[in-house]
Amino acid sequence: MSMGFNTIAGAISQAITEEMRRDANVVLIGEDVTTGIFGVTAGLVDEFGTDRFCDTPISENAIIGCAVGAAMTGMRPIAEIMFQDFLTCCMDPIVNQAAKMSYMSGGTFSVPMVVRSPGGAGLGAGPQHSQSLASWFMGVPGLKVVSPSSPIDAKGLLKSAIRDNNPVIFLENKLLYFESGEVPDDIDFTIPLGQASVLREGDDVTIVAVSGMVPRALRVADELGAEGVSVEIVDPRTLYPLDTETILQSVKKTGRLVTAEEGVMTCGVGAELAALIAEKAYDCLDGPIVRVGTPHVNYAYNQEMEWATIPDEQDLVRAVKKAIGQE
Amino acid sequence: MGTKFKLKQKKQVGKDAALALLKRMLLIRRFEETLARLFADSEVKGFVHLSIGQEACPTGVCAHLTNDDYITSTHRGHGHLIGKGGDIKLAMAELFGKTEGYCKGRGGSMHVAAFDLGILGANGIVGAGLVLATGSGFSAKYQNNDRVTACFFGDGASNQGTFHEAANLASVWKLPILFVCENNGWAEFSPQSSHQKIEKVSTRAVGYGMPGVTVDGDDIEAVYSATADAVAWIRKGNGPILLECLTHRWEGHYAGDPQPYRDQDELQAITQHCPIERFKKQLIERKTITAAEFEALSVEVESEIGEAVEFGRQGTDPNPQDFMSYIYAD
Repeated sequence: MSMGFNTIAGAISQAITEEMRRDANVVLIGEDVTTGIFGVTAGLVDEFGTDRFCDTPISENAIIGCAVGAAMTGMRPIAEIMFQDFLTCCMDPIVNQAAKMSYMSGGTFSVPMVVRSPGGAGLGAGPQHSQSLASWFMGVPGLKVVSPSSPIDAKGLLKSAIRDNNPVIFLENKLLYFESGEVPDDIDFTIPLGQASVLREGDDVTIVAVSGMVPRALRVADELGAEGVSVEIVDPRTLYPLDTETILQSVKKTGRLVTAEEGVMTCGVGAELAALIAEKAYDCLDGPIVRVGTPHVNYAYNQEMEWATIPDEQDLVRAVKKAIGQE
Repeated sequence: MGTKFKLKQKKQVGKDAALALLKRMLLIRRFEETLARLFADSEVKGFVHLSIGQEACPTGVCAHLTNDDYITSTHRGHGHLIGKGGDIKLAMAELFGKTEGYCKGRGGSMHVAAFDLGILGANGIVGAGLVLATGSGFSAKYQNNDRVTACFFGDGASNQGTFHEAANLASVWKLPILFVCENNGWAEFSPQSSHQKIEKVSTRAVGYGMPGVTVDGDDIEAVYSATADAVAWIRKGNGPILLECLTHRWEGHYAGDPQPYRDQDELQAITQHCPIERFKKQLIERKTITAAEFEALSVEVESEIGEAVEFGRQGTDPNPQDFMSYIYAD
């Protein structure tokens, strides 16, 4: 496979370009998408024109509602919501319309659309521009939820999301946009939704890490590896449908689970994973399940306070030590 | 601003069109009356919102739409479905919760949708259809296929943010949408005077740079004429129009609503606005139709409704254990 080198932002831009070339029904709508927040979609309008690359008014309800209606009538829209926090402004068209349309029409309508939205803290953006809301959408039947952590995954998963016949919430992470890595050039390269990735094999403890927590977990695996603790890292990549098989297999092998998400832990991704293991692999556990994430609080503007809130490598190390009984 | 849209003098319709409009209104009326009985007898469950008294609006508007055109609808949506040519058997089967119904029993009254007829669903969320309409409008414009979306909503929904967002977006993008406000004077249990400081919702159109007109929504020929001109104007690529139809809600917000909030004298006299009686009287006076022809039409409609009820009643119950199906598309 011929490989290029790109950032996550670049890989997303590539995926959009390839899918728009492949299918004329793929369009992108959102606020200032021709300019491109964080530069992700900058310049693409030059190739596709303003009929397919549409700047909208600041109207999140209309952006998502428009995408739902367009998806019901033959299009494959990608709707961009500039920050995950703004998804709260369009919960009705996401939760009551997009997610329920197939079910409540008895399968006569489908809603093939993608909602792309960046989240995550660390830029001093304050409480309304910093959240990670993945777990909110995991609990909505009818939605798929994807959250990539590398350029190759971002490209392969976004292409699959665009081709999927269901509404997919595609959650990006602002701090990861400029992480780089190898990305296949092959325009037919995709990664199926619902498959986790084992990023590091290990024997002593499994860290299931999501989005922005993945690079932090990889650094911790290196650090603990030097101390003789063998860490396995699983990135679910798709949060719904969740690849429970791969996660269970890993925890059955290591006997210990640490979950790592950036979002608030209450009813979060880690809570769901803990419940999964408690229900399906209780007998295999050799230690307590430990969750890492944001406590029940918002992110401050003050950067030191913000970083005290965001879960980091130290939190992960502490969690692993607790899980393996070295606390 | 380019071409101006102006409301013209309403035109009288010929015999064939008159009979078609009358039949459609009668179908809606009898469907709703029958449903009220079925609901009272607990044969039909859930929440049911009746559109008795409002038949002229969906009938007059949808008469100018083809099967390829789209509509978005509301919680009070049976009239829109029937107006757009929906099969009353499949609609009734849906209300009975049967497999033969439009949504295989998953949707019911508030979500009935029909893909082949471009009916993008009734909607349990007030104002939700407004933003969905911008999507079908976007598709039609992008695919350059001449299709119009008629977006039905009420005076109550005109206070939702979705009204503002949809009207503005449709105007900015010049989308082929006819926004149809069925102003029945009531937002659930609240009179219009208590929920907005305007009398005509159409006056809001100016704020979006789109034409807005108001017609007597209980006068089928007024609705029919205005829609003919509006749809033609929209199909030419001139952008959206807001058409307000002033009408009357004879029943409560929901079937079984005792309406303690309404003036009893007004309710007693409400049948004077009946769009069917008014039209019938005019047609007979004009000698467009005879009383006997109207009677024959009524009998025909009664018979079709009877068949639809039996079809619904005799339908197949879905297997309750199939409850996980259709949540995701393949």
